[in-house]
Amino acid sequence: MSDLSRRQMCLRISMLFNGLVGAILGIPVVRYLLYPVTRGQSAADNRWTSLGAVDRFPSGQTRLATYRSPVANLSDGETAEIPCWVRNIDGNNFQVFAINCAHLGCPVRWFPQSRLFMCPCHGGAYYEDGSRASGPPERGLFQYPFKILDGQLQIQAGELPTPGPSAANRDLINIRRQSPCA
Amino acid sequence: MRLIRTAAQWLDERLQLGAPIRDTMEHPIPRDTASWFYVFGSAAMTVFAFQLVTGILLALVYVPSAAEAWNSLQILNHQISLGWFIRALHGWGSNFMLAIVLIHMVQVFLFGAYKYPRELTWILGVFLLLMTLGMAFTGQVLRFDQDAYWGLGIGASICSRVPFVGPALVSLLLGGPIIAGATLSRFFALHVFVIPGLLIAFVGLHVLLILKLGINEWPMPGRLVRRSDYREKYHELTHTDGVPFVPYGVWKDAVFSGLILLTIAACALYFGPFGPSGQPDPRVIQTAPRPDYFFLWLYALLSLLPPQLETPVLLIGPVIALIVLLGLPFVSGEGEKTWKRRPIAVLTIVLVAVSLGTFTNMADHTPWSPVMDASTSASIPSKLLSGRTPVQIQGALVFQEKQCHNCHALGGIGGQRGPALDAVAVRLTGDQLIRQVLQGGGNMPAYGKNLDPAETTSLVAFLQTLHPAASAPARDASQAPGAQP
Repeated sequence: MSDLSRRQMCLRISMLFNGLVGAILGIPVVRYLLYPVTRGQSAADNRWTSLGAVDRFPSGQTRLATYRSPVANLSDGETAEIPCWVRNIDGNNFQVFAINCAHLGCPVRWFPQSRLFMCPCHGGAYYEDGSRASGPPERGLFQYPFKILDGQLQIQAGELPTPGPSAANRDLINIRRQSPCA
Repeated sequence: MRLIRTAAQWLDERLQLGAPIRDTMEHPIPRDTASWFYVFGSAAMTVFAFQLVTGILLALVYVPSAAEAWNSLQILNHQISLGWFIRALHGWGSNFMLAIVLIHMVQVFLFGAYKYPRELTWILGVFLLLMTLGMAFTGQVLRFDQDAYWGLGIGASICSRVPFVGPALVSLLLGGPIIAGATLSRFFALHVFVIPGLLIAFVGLHVLLILKLGINEWPMPGRLVRRSDYREKYHELTHTDGVPFVPYGVWKDAVFSGLILLTIAACALYFGPFGPSGQPDPRVIQTAPRPDYFFLWLYALLSLLPPQLETPVLLIGPVIALIVLLGLPFVSGEGEKTWKRRPIAVLTIVLVAVSLGTFTNMADHTPWSPVMDASTSASIPSKLLSGRTPVQIQGALVFQEKQCHNCHALGGIGGQRGPALDAVAVRLTGDQLIRQVLQGGGNMPAYGKNLDPAETTSLVAFLQTLHPAASAPARDASQAPGAQP
C-alpha cells in the first residue's frame, strides 16, 4: 500500500515538474505571440512622413498622395506604399484623409465633379470635407495630423485606421485644425 | 505473391493492425444506411485529403512573402507546366469541400443524426465547419491580390469593433500596425500548419466516434430516440438486419468520392484557376474588392444592415449562431429523427438556404454600390432627351456631369443605390425635387454646396420631364387651380 502511494507521489511530482517546465516554456511563447499587441507604440509608429512638396497639391483641389509606411519592413513590398487623399482647402489649410472607408476599410475614390468620396464596396459616400454623406459608415473619413516643414507636406501615419468603439471618439487627428505655420 | 504475404505477416506480427482494420471494415451497419444519402461525409474527407495533396504541391513553389507572393502565383499560372492546373484543382477543391461539408451538415440535421448518442459527433462537426470556413478565408488571403489585401482591411475593421479588445485583435490579426508582410506570414502559418493540423485531429475524432457509436440508422417515422433504450435498439438493428460496411456501404462512398474528384478536375480544366486579380498594391485604388463565393452573403449583409445594427449583428450574430448549433443536440437530443415529422427543422433549412441564396445573388450585382464609372460610361437614353428645351438638355448634362447616374438609373442603365428616376416627376413636384437635390436625405448626399442656382434649375427642369406620357407629373396641391389660399 505504501509502495503504491509512493509511486503515485512520484507520478504527481513528475506531472508537477512537467507543468512547471510547460509554464517556463509557455510564458515566452505567449509573449512572442502577443508581440503585435504588446509592442505598443514604438518610435517609428506615427512618425512624420513626407507626402512631397506642398505645391503638388493645388489650392481648392483634392489629390491622391502616397507614402512609404514608416513601419515598413523589407519583406512588405508594395503593401507598404500607402495612399491617402490630400485636400488643399484654400492654400493655407489642408485635410489629409486616410484611403480607408470608415465602414470596413475599402479604398474610397474622389469624384471632383460631384465633390464626393465614394466607396466601391458597400456604397458609403462622404462630402469633400470628409464628413459622412450617406451609406453604411457611421462616421466621416479618418484624418491624419499634418504639418508643413521646409515646403514639404508631412503627415503622422503608421497604423491602419479602423472604425470601432474607441475610434469613434478618438480620431487620428483630434479635429483641431492645425495651423500649417505651427 | 507468397513474398507479399510473408512480408505482410512479418509486418502484422509487429504492428498488429490487421485485426483492428478488419474489424473496422467489417463493422455492421444497418442495411438501409448503405445509401446514396450517406456519402457526403466520406466525400468531404476525400476532398480534404485532396486539398492536403494539392496544397503541398502548391507550397513547393508559393512564396509566403508580401513582396513575392503575387509573383510566385504568376509563375505558377504561366511558367511552371500545369502549375495553373494544380492551382485550379486547389481552388475548386476548396469550393467543393465547403459545399459538401454544408450538404453533409444539412443531411445530418434532417436525418436527426445529431441526436443521442451522437451529440459529440455533431459538436465536432460544427468545429469542422468553422475550420473549413477558416481555411477558405485564409486561403483567399494567400492568393495575395487586391481582393486579399482589402479583404484583410475588412477583417481588421470588423475586429476593431469588438468592445475593449478591438485594437489588440486588429494587431493580432495583422501581425503589426498595417496589412503587410507579417500579415501574410501569419495567414500562411494558419492556412498551412495550424488549421490543417486541427482539421486532421478533429476529422480523426469525428470518424472515431462514427465507428464507436455506429452510423445513424435510416430515420423512420414513429421510431423515436430515447436515451433509455436507444443503444439496445441500435445494437439489435445492426446485428439482426446489419450488413458489413465493406463491401455494402463503402462502394457507394468510393463511387461518389471519385465522381466528386472528377468533377473538381473537370471544373479546374474548364474554368481554370481563381485569379490572382491585380497586385496587392494599395496605391491601385481603382478596384472593387469582392470576397470569394462562400462569403458573398456576408458581403451583402454588411451592405444592407442599417448602420446602427451592424456592429451588434456582426459581434453577437456569430455567437448566437454558434450557441444554437452547439446547443442543438442538447435541446432536441431525443424524439423523432425523420424530417417528415420535423416541419420546423425543414422550415429552418429552407429559411437559411433562401436567405443565404438571396444575399449571395444580390452580391452578384451589388445594387447598394454606386456604379463608379456610370457618369462616363452610361448614357442617358435618347428618348428621354428628344424634344426637350435647351434648359432641360442642360439639366441632363448636369445629371451626367455631377455623377447622379452613378446612383440613379435611367432606362435601366446606371447605379441602383438610389431609386431609378424614369418616373421621378410623378412622385415629386418641382419644389420637392429642389429640396431633395439641395438637402439630400434618405441616404442621398446633399448637393447644395456643389450646384450653382443655374445648375439646380436646369437639373430640376430635366427631372420634371421624367414621367411616362400617360401619367401627369406631380403637382403641388396648394397651388392647384381652385385651392384655398
